[in-house]
Amino acid sequence: MEVYKADVAIIGAGGGGLRAAIAVAEADPTLKIALISKVYPMRSHTVAAEGGAAAVTRPDDTLDHHFNDTVGGGDWLCEQDVVEYFVAHAHEEMVQMEHWGCPWSRKEDGHANVRAFGGMKIERTWFAADKTGFHMLHTLFQTSIKYPSIKRFDEHFCVDLVVEDGRVQGAVVIEIATGEFRLIQAKSVIIATGGAGRVFRENTNGGIVTGDGMALAYRHGVPLRDMEFVQYHPTCMPRTGLLFTEACRGEGGLLLNKDGYRYLQDYGLGPPEDKPRNKFMELGPRDRLSQAFWHEQQKGRTIEGKFGSVVNLDLRHLGEAYLRERLPQIYELAEEFMGIDPAHECIPVLPGVHYTMGGILADGKTASGLPGLYSVGECSSVGIHGANRLGSNSLTELIVFGKVAGDEAAKFAKATSISNPGAIEKQADAIQARALGIVNKADGTERIAVLRTEMAKSMESGCGIYRMGTTMQDTCNKIDELRQRYKKLRVDDKSKVYNTDWLLAIELGYLLDVAQTMVYSAINRKESRGSHQRLDGFEQRDDANFLKHSLAYYNGDGAPRIEYGEVKITKSKPGTRAYGAAGVKADEDRKKQGAANG
Amino acid sequence: MADTEKIIEIEVLRYRPEQDKEPVWQTYKVPFTDDMSVLQGVQYIKDYLDETVSFRWSCRMAICGSCGMMIDDKPKLSCKTFLRDYYPGKLRVEALKHLPIERDLIVDATDFMKKLESIKPYIIPKEERTLAQGEYLQTPQQRDMYEQFSSCINCMLCYAACPQYGLNPKFTGPGILALMHRYNADSRDGGQAERNELGYADEGYWGCTAVGYCSEVCPKGVDPANAINQNKMNSAINYFTRFITPGGADK
Repeated sequence: MEVYKADVAIIGAGGGGLRAAIAVAEADPTLKIALISKVYPMRSHTVAAEGGAAAVTRPDDTLDHHFNDTVGGGDWLCEQDVVEYFVAHAHEEMVQMEHWGCPWSRKEDGHANVRAFGGMKIERTWFAADKTGFHMLHTLFQTSIKYPSIKRFDEHFCVDLVVEDGRVQGAVVIEIATGEFRLIQAKSVIIATGGAGRVFRENTNGGIVTGDGMALAYRHGVPLRDMEFVQYHPTCMPRTGLLFTEACRGEGGLLLNKDGYRYLQDYGLGPPEDKPRNKFMELGPRDRLSQAFWHEQQKGRTIEGKFGSVVNLDLRHLGEAYLRERLPQIYELAEEFMGIDPAHECIPVLPGVHYTMGGILADGKTASGLPGLYSVGECSSVGIHGANRLGSNSLTELIVFGKVAGDEAAKFAKATSISNPGAIEKQADAIQARALGIVNKADGTERIAVLRTEMAKSMESGCGIYRMGTTMQDTCNKIDELRQRYKKLRVDDKSKVYNTDWLLAIELGYLLDVAQTMVYSAINRKESRGSHQRLDGFEQRDDANFLKHSLAYYNGDGAPRIEYGEVKITKSKPGTRAYGAAGVKADEDRKKQGAANG
Repeated sequence: MADTEKIIEIEVLRYRPEQDKEPVWQTYKVPFTDDMSVLQGVQYIKDYLDETVSFRWSCRMAICGSCGMMIDDKPKLSCKTFLRDYYPGKLRVEALKHLPIERDLIVDATDFMKKLESIKPYIIPKEERTLAQGEYLQTPQQRDMYEQFSSCINCMLCYAACPQYGLNPKFTGPGILALMHRYNADSRDGGQAERNELGYADEGYWGCTAVGYCSEVCPKGVDPANAINQNKMNSAINYFTRFITPGGADK
């Protein structure tokens, strides 16, 4: 097998991986970087992020506000020391992106503009129209070309990590165009493979979002943290699940039920006002808005028809010119995919799976418990999202922690050397044999699309917006069964050239492992918090028993072992999570309490 | 958006280098609803009719640039082209023209990537600035000068459309020339002179014969033809000022 000797290997070349690669290159230009991606970097799913990236910018905003919005928004399941670091470094990373050419939308005076987003007290979302992820990704990719120490392995699919002497020492990849295997030897490895939304059926995610890196780390004993917390974005396109950004509401869009009524006022988010108000109504957090949709549906107040059950996203009052400037992609999606002119008609929307709050357990410096292994982005659980991520925190996470991951992985690589090249190559051969075994199996009967569809349907019913013990148990059983049936998978395509059938089969294995951690983490969390809401006697948050992180450990063919970890609380004691007028009152009470105690 | 299931015939140009001497057409009957894209049609084929059909795709929303193909001989993103528009007839899908087929609907993107890397597609600062100094100021009007050209998703449809690229693959081509213009037109950038060496070469702007089909097929309204035209003008002015300015132009 061909061997490439790198110092740092990065798996995934979306926003997080690219930012990390640049950080390594800037930390020490003599370090050899292998940047591995199963697609060309600009296809990575960062490209689809629309609304923007949060950083404290306005004079009336403070780091404490961003901290409180994030920790409260996460229902106090955040690592508060990590959130403190995050909010403090967000702005400089935005400026760094600006220096690299990111076309941020501007104010008349030439400074970057910010817009409102859900769950945020003050406007702090930097944006590039409604294609922020696209522009950040292309800016990072094109900037990365400046650095000769970054060697890209585009369209190389990672099949496993190489762990030797108790630390990670590389990865084995398939060159998709030829089917040839390569061993990428590395002293440290950063996983930046994104989320796992394709575990579900209706989702906003691209086809490549299959949890690869999560599954790889997990299979090597690194726990996946808080996997039960899956975000439903409240405004998605019926059937395809494509995203209508939260910026639609940040710019003043309204949500209406079948009576044209702004129903969010019935769910603790009101009172409604004419103008958008931060943390009120449509600018509430995503979990609460998706839950409100569910209740409206139960009450028979959603709109039933050719799109299924939907509510209306009303942008009409913003006018065509403003929509074309601020939300051009939304305009295009509505027009071209649905035949709707949003300046004149409402857009039918419903919640869809959008984001995995949990991921590979990482400390505040992105390091996992496996020496040499780091992670960044949606695949990682560095601890800033808790039980519900705030919109526009994830793009910022990519660049703030991408830099940290790069710096840390560089440091680790410089302080170590490859321990036993012979043993590593032997391992790589074994990995190759296992990967080829999937395509060469003679007696397979199960079909990829069938297993994938059964998984997605079952996850939707067991791990939806609201959850019940019984349906979660059904999903546990179903995923257990599918993991067994997966062993009998048949791959029809035997070619070595662009064998996407083979890659889909490997991805399905990743998806099933990740799905299993989600549903087992969910059924064991006997409370309701953030995006994990139960209807079977556990409707309340239970800090006494569950102010804890779930940790799912790989257990071979069996179900994952679920353990719990402490939550780092620094300055925000768990309180009432409230929005709208109730949120204002809760803030005042906290202040009074603070004054009384102080 | 009617829900009645209809059947449409999709002809796919197959090419499996290990078994096909040359590309061959294969026909599939695909049930569809009116909201289904051509991409969803091809996905149906792979999921339920023939797992060996190979193609690239990801975002499904016309922003990742993966799923370009010839659809009835026109370069299009298959995710935002709809089966209903070809019914009751049939449709033909094949790999993007002018680029070597690797397999089935997948083209070799190596040449495009090499060109992208060659044009210094990053800010070469006009004046250095530290992070502590904050962002460069850029008015909305200055942003408008390059914004359109920064919207290229690298889908390569314009390469399949460009007759000049078809004749001479050395031609830098529409998408990359538009990207070069994107940086040249950015108020923060001072790298025009470096990039113009490439842009003004025979394979650069002057390789274009102004057919304009690139702009017509662009799914994001980037208008490479306009970018090229502006630079031909600059190039001509540059050429003449060279004779009258000591030390040449590009200042």
